Amino acid sequence: MRSTKALPYFLLAPATVFLVVFFLYPFVLVAIDAFTKGGAVTLDNFRTMTSNWKFSETFRNTMLLAAVVVPIQLAMALSMATIVSKLSTGRSAILYIFAIPLGLSDLAAGLIWLAIFEQSGFLNSWLVSLGLIDKPIMFLGYQNKWVIFIAVVLAEVWRATAIMMVILVAGMGLIPKEYYEAAEVFGASPWKRFVKVTLPLLRPSLQTALILRVILAFEVFAVVAALAGTQFPVLMGETYHWQFALQDRGVAAAFAMLILVISIAFTLLLLYLLRVPKEARL
Amino acid sequence: MAEIEIKGVAKRFGAFTALHQIDLTITNQEFMVLLGASGCGKTTLLRIIAGLETPSEGEVWIGGRRVDHLPPRQRGIAMVFQNYAVFPHLTVYENIAFGLRMQKKPQSEVDHRVKRTAELMHIEQLLQRYSGQLSGGQRQRVAVARALAMEPDVILMDEPLSNLDALLRLEMRAELKGVLAHSKTTAIYVTHDQVEAMSLADRIAVMHQGRIVQAASPVEVYRNPAARFVGSFIGNPPMNFLPATKSGEERFIVAGSMLKGPKASGDIEFAIRPEDMDIGPGGIPATVRVVEPLGAHTLITTDVEGKIFRVVLDSNAEAKTGDMLSLVPRADRIRWFDPQSTSAIQ
Amino acid sequence: MTVVTNDLPAVPAAVTDARKAGSGLLIACIVVLCVWVLLPIYLLLVNALSSPAEVTSFPKRMIPSFDFGSLSFFLNFQGVGKALWNSVVVALLTMVLSIGIGAPAGYALSRFDFPGKEAFRFLVLMTRAFPLPLLALPLAVLFIRTGLDDTAFGLAIVHTTLSLPFAVLITFSLFSGIPVELEEAAWTLGCNRWQAFRKVVLPLALPGIAASAVFAFTISWNEVFAAAVLTIENRTLTAFLLQSINVSPLYLKFAGGAALVVPALIFIFAVRKYLFAMWGIANR
Repeated sequence: MRSTKALPYFLLAPATVFLVVFFLYPFVLVAIDAFTKGGAVTLDNFRTMTSNWKFSETFRNTMLLAAVVVPIQLAMALSMATIVSKLSTGRSAILYIFAIPLGLSDLAAGLIWLAIFEQSGFLNSWLVSLGLIDKPIMFLGYQNKWVIFIAVVLAEVWRATAIMMVILVAGMGLIPKEYYEAAEVFGASPWKRFVKVTLPLLRPSLQTALILRVILAFEVFAVVAALAGTQFPVLMGETYHWQFALQDRGVAAAFAMLILVISIAFTLLLLYLLRVPKEARL
Repeated sequence: MAEIEIKGVAKRFGAFTALHQIDLTITNQEFMVLLGASGCGKTTLLRIIAGLETPSEGEVWIGGRRVDHLPPRQRGIAMVFQNYAVFPHLTVYENIAFGLRMQKKPQSEVDHRVKRTAELMHIEQLLQRYSGQLSGGQRQRVAVARALAMEPDVILMDEPLSNLDALLRLEMRAELKGVLAHSKTTAIYVTHDQVEAMSLADRIAVMHQGRIVQAASPVEVYRNPAARFVGSFIGNPPMNFLPATKSGEERFIVAGSMLKGPKASGDIEFAIRPEDMDIGPGGIPATVRVVEPLGAHTLITTDVEGKIFRVVLDSNAEAKTGDMLSLVPRADRIRWFDPQSTSAIQ
Repeated sequence: MTVVTNDLPAVPAAVTDARKAGSGLLIACIVVLCVWVLLPIYLLLVNALSSPAEVTSFPKRMIPSFDFGSLSFFLNFQGVGKALWNSVVVALLTMVLSIGIGAPAGYALSRFDFPGKEAFRFLVLMTRAFPLPLLALPLAVLFIRTGLDDTAFGLAIVHTTLSLPFAVLITFSLFSGIPVELEEAAWTLGCNRWQAFRKVVLPLALPGIAASAVFAFTISWNEVFAAAVLTIENRTLTAFLLQSINVSPLYLKFAGGAALVVPALIFIFAVRKYLFAMWGIANR
């Protein structure tokens, strides 16, 4: 119809304006905040950020957490997706259960694992009743930094594996069954089929899942806040701390820029590592 | 009831030209079939007439009114889609009533027309069902009933039978022909199936690469193809072609035999339909390659001067691979084409 | 494929055993994973349904006493009622904004080819590579200037940047799933574009749109960082819980956690059918 030339732009205008005003523009603002102080262009904010005694620990914690959590999640998500795709009966019920943490707040996840790890919590109760310890241990105290780390890892794995799993299940659904049957006919074992057929064809989904997940890993915040308070500083928590407690927007913005830069760097890296040539797509 | 005129309609998609300067007049109550292979532009032309596509140039007139600037709803047309497009969230009744309700017809008239068209299409017992509960053939009937209930000036059909299985297609074809003849509506019908085209059409417009190559009655299109393409596209198996070398005034040598031909300045092309030949002395020498008995007759694929040459013979004709046949073309059925322009020579 | 006759076993015995062992393993894995997912939630609920004294006592029992002391303490706690209300308001605003803005865009992407389409898709996909909650920092300043600071609407805007890309992609796939011929049929039957959309496309897309609305609601309901940065007086439930996390007693935290979890469980149950559609399309 004749009037349709303008229609798509008309329909896209609200979303475009919204994203430009509330997504692109604020990122420009945060960059300006990070690189200026009192109106002058400077790297002072970054110097303040990096010279803080907690900074190297904060940075290390965040990266270490991502480095430990993401591979575990990838393995678990792949297993879960494989299991779900094998099921015929009860598939939707199992999928719903596996997907539940996807719908929960990271703060709620933190509180859930707090119920297990706190001093009068369930873990201590079990250990005592099994006779493994005499009295409850304070797991989340400053003396037990590695327990805090494990608790955060568990909570993160518990909370955010579902998001990868659902993406991978959807991706597996796109792979035609014939490929597996062909591989089977040619004598590939189930493991070989997984490695030679599923994984390569799943690459676009793996890429999406990993990018999404890695970025979320750098944004870890509420889980840590609930489980460790300030004893396990992470980048996002420090950003919040500088913005609120220390009222220094410039340094908070510098933290934001740092998170942004590593997020983009890892996105590009994953886009490169898991690229699929156009001709080789499904 | 309306005449349709298409004047110089062209359609370009970017650098690709889907239609080149189409001119076509469809008279009142005519059943016109647009026939062609996929990608020939037949559906694009139909959609331009419907108003679902805007022509890059040219005019479309329906019933003496220029309509190419009007939206579909103001053109007095109804359309049947290839995948039926029966609304899944409405009952059959509401599907058929949909257009009438848009025209704000009183309920009594809506009810009357829905029931009448449903009866006509033999779906009166399905009126309360949803599309998900219908078979393909039933959906097809609903789609046609929905179009007929509008009592349109023109009914447009885009490959309406192509999603049905063979037997159902045959049945629907005959029914469609009867219903449309009875409704006295002008009809334009797009198909790639030449049998469908032959059986339904008052006139067939054969399309090729965005052009109408020939628009004529089914028999005319079959017997007197206006261009080489029409002969090679219509008929199963299609026409045979052989080079004809000029050897004198109206004399041509075809595969060694001398034949009387038209006036031409140089070499031309000889064409004959496979069923228009008999075995007899002094004909075209042909080596049998494959023999396919088809029941009513036998299809024999032969080799004439290294070219594939098919002949349809009576089923009691005896031939086996390797035999030499002498095929005599019936003189009144021979057609000649200009190898440069590919159009027929008369 | 081999031909199997009735008097022969269809599959050799060894293969059946291997299949059985395999399916036994599969079932064991499923059970373990279900426990892994469900047990922690159960434990939180046990805490929420115990009295404050039981929550702080030791050792813990695995079965709740169904004492509503913790929950009523939580609900009567200064600011909780308002925080719950704020959470609902912000989530509803987010839902309306992201569907109202996102659905037209999804429709345009599914139905038209036009210059700039790829640029828009890129803009939407780009949001995924950015840590969006950080937007709250510059917007906090911007909102103070425009009077949107500490308002439900201001926070809903930030939450909409989180949920809008999903709304666009989900509605895009929904509309793409509705054959364009249905719309064209409606046009030929007397509808204009808007009527065809309202009478044909909308009824068919509505369940999916509702699901993506619920999804937007859930995203907002769960969001912590931006909520904590942007609200002071009008805190949402997550902001309230986070800001009082160092000072509130355990039973308040757990009751609050349960208040966050239970609605989310219901939401994700409501949209479970659409989980695939939502995340499957994230690939493209």
